[in-house]
Amino acid sequence: MTALSLNDVSVTFGDIPVLDRINLHVEQGEFVSILGPSGAGKSTIFRLLTGTLPLQTGTISCAGRENSFAFMPQRDALMPWRRIIDNLTLGLEVQGIPRKDARAQVGPLLGEFGLADFTTHYPAQLSGGMRQRAALLRTIVQGRSIQLLDEPFGALDALTRTQMQTWFEDRWRAARWTTLLVTHDVREAVALSDRIYVLSRRPARVIAEINVPIPRPRLGRPPSAQAYEIEAYLLETLLQQTGETS
Amino acid sequence: MQRPVPRQTGEGLVRGIPAVLSVVSAFVIWEIYVRVSGISPLMLPAPSRVLEQMVQNRVLLWDNTVPTLKATFAGFAMSLTVAFGLSIILDFMPRVRRALFPIFVVSQTLPLVAIAPLVVLWFGFDLTPKVLLVALVTFFPMLVALVDGYASTDPEIEDLMRSMGATRGQTFRAARFPSAMPYFFAGLRISITYAVVAAIFAEYVGARAGLGIVILNAKNSFRPDIVLAAVVISSLLTLVLFAATALLQRTVLRWRDVEGHR
Ligand SMILES: Nc1ncnc2c1ncn2[C@@H]1O[C@H](COP(=O)(O)OP(=O)(O)OP(=O)(O)O)[C@@H](O)[C@H]1O
Ligand SMILES: [Mg+2]
Repeated sequence: MTALSLNDVSVTFGDIPVLDRINLHVEQGEFVSILGPSGAGKSTIFRLLTGTLPLQTGTISCAGRENSFAFMPQRDALMPWRRIIDNLTLGLEVQGIPRKDARAQVGPLLGEFGLADFTTHYPAQLSGGMRQRAALLRTIVQGRSIQLLDEPFGALDALTRTQMQTWFEDRWRAARWTTLLVTHDVREAVALSDRIYVLSRRPARVIAEINVPIPRPRLGRPPSAQAYEIEAYLLETLLQQTGETS
Repeated sequence: MQRPVPRQTGEGLVRGIPAVLSVVSAFVIWEIYVRVSGISPLMLPAPSRVLEQMVQNRVLLWDNTVPTLKATFAGFAMSLTVAFGLSIILDFMPRVRRALFPIFVVSQTLPLVAIAPLVVLWFGFDLTPKVLLVALVTFFPMLVALVDGYASTDPEIEDLMRSMGATRGQTFRAARFPSAMPYFFAGLRISITYAVVAAIFAEYVGARAGLGIVILNAKNSFRPDIVLAAVVISSLLTLVLFAATALLQRTVLRWRDVEGHR
C-alpha cells in the first residue's frame, strides 16, 4: 500500500526554482532515501510535508490521517532548557497527553536507545551520538505512520556515524517504520534503503530511482559486491550533477 | 561521555575577592586622604564620618528608605507586568508591534529631568508619580529583551513544533518563551539598576518622604555626610536587588550552567 506520494510538486522561492516537478512515493513499511547534492532542495521537501511551507503546485497524498509525519530536523533541535526526558515527551505533550502518561510511554524505549541513565541530563551534557539518538527517539515516540529523517547522522564524526548507522539498522529491522530519509551520504543511503531517489542540483528534479535488493543486515560486515556497484553508480550520477555547472 | 555539573558556589566566592578588595582599598585611600589633607568635612567627609552619621541617623534614614523601597517595588512590579503582557501581545501581533515600537523608543528618549516634574505636577506628591517614573524607566529594557528573546528562537525548533501539530500558543509556551529567558534576565539586570535611582530622583523632584528627600534636605543644609549616607543606602539597595536577580537567574536558567563549561 502506498503510504505517501508526491506528484509533480514544484516550489519556487521568489524567482528561484528549488523543486522542479518532483514525483516520488513511499510504500507502507518501506525505507526510502532521497539523495542529493547540498542545497538541492531536500529539506524543502520535508518542509512541504510537515506543513512549514505551503504547497505551491502539485499534489501530496498520504494514506490515513491528516498529520501522519514525525519529523527529525537536520540539526537535533533538542530544547537546551528541557531535560532529556522532557525533550522526548515533547511530541506527546503537544498531542495533549498528560506528562505522566507520556513518560510511561517513553520509558520502555529508553534502554534500546541507550538513554536510560541520562533522562535527567540536559542536552548539552550529552555526546553528539546520544543527542542524535534522543532526537530519533523523540521522533519515533510520536507514533506517526511515517518518519521523516533529515540527515540524522550528518553532524557526527565518522566513527560515531558508523556506530549509529549499525545501531539504527538493527532498530529499523525490528520495527520496520515507514521511513523517508534525506542524506547526501551515498554509503548511508545504500546501507539503509529499500529504494533511493537521486535529486539533481537546484532546481531539484528526480534524476534516478534505484532499488536496493540487498539482504539485511547490511552493516557490521564487509559490504557486498552488489552494494559497491550501486554506490559506484550513485556516486557517478551525483558527480555528473556537480560537474554540470550551469 | 557525560559532563559533570560544575560546582559554582565556591568559584563565585573566589571570583568575588578582587572586587571586594578594590572597593575596600578605595575607601581606605579616601579615608587616608581626608585625614592627611585636613579637608573640611563640609567639603568631603571621611568614610568613617559617613558611617558614623548612618548610625546616628538610623531612624531617619530607615523611615525614609521604606517609601523609596515601596516606590521601587511597586514601579518595578508594574513595569514587569506590563512588559510581559505587552510582549506577548506584540509577539502574537507583528503589525501592532511595528506600529507601537517607535512609541516605546520615544518613551526612552524623554529626559527624566524634564518628565519627572511634570509627572509630579499631574499626580501629586504621593506614591503614584514615583511608581510611574520607576515603571517608565525600567519598562523598556525588559520589553525589548523579551521581544528580541522571542525572535531568537531556533527556527528548527519552531519547524519541529509545527511538525508535531503544535498550536501557536503551544509553540509560544514550549519554545519561544523559554528561548527568551536568557534575554529577559539580561534586560532585568539593566532595569533593576535603574529602578532605585529613578525612585530617588522622583522623590527629589517632589515628595513627602524618601531617600530623595533626605538628600535634598541634607544638601540644602550643607551636610554632605548625610547626602553620602543616603547614597550608600541607595547603592546597597541596588546591590541587593541585583544579587536577587542573579540568584533568580541562576535558578531559572540552571540548564545554562551545564552548558557554560563546554
Ligand atoms: N525561505 C527561503 N527563501 C529563499 N530561498 C530558500 C528558502 N529556503 C531555502 N531556500 C533555498 O532553497 C535551496 C534548497 O534548500 P534546502 O534546505 O531544501 O536544501 P538541502 O538540499 O536540504 O541542502 P543541505 O544538504 O545543505 O541540507 C537552497 O539553495 C536554499 O538557499
Ligand atoms: Mg537540508
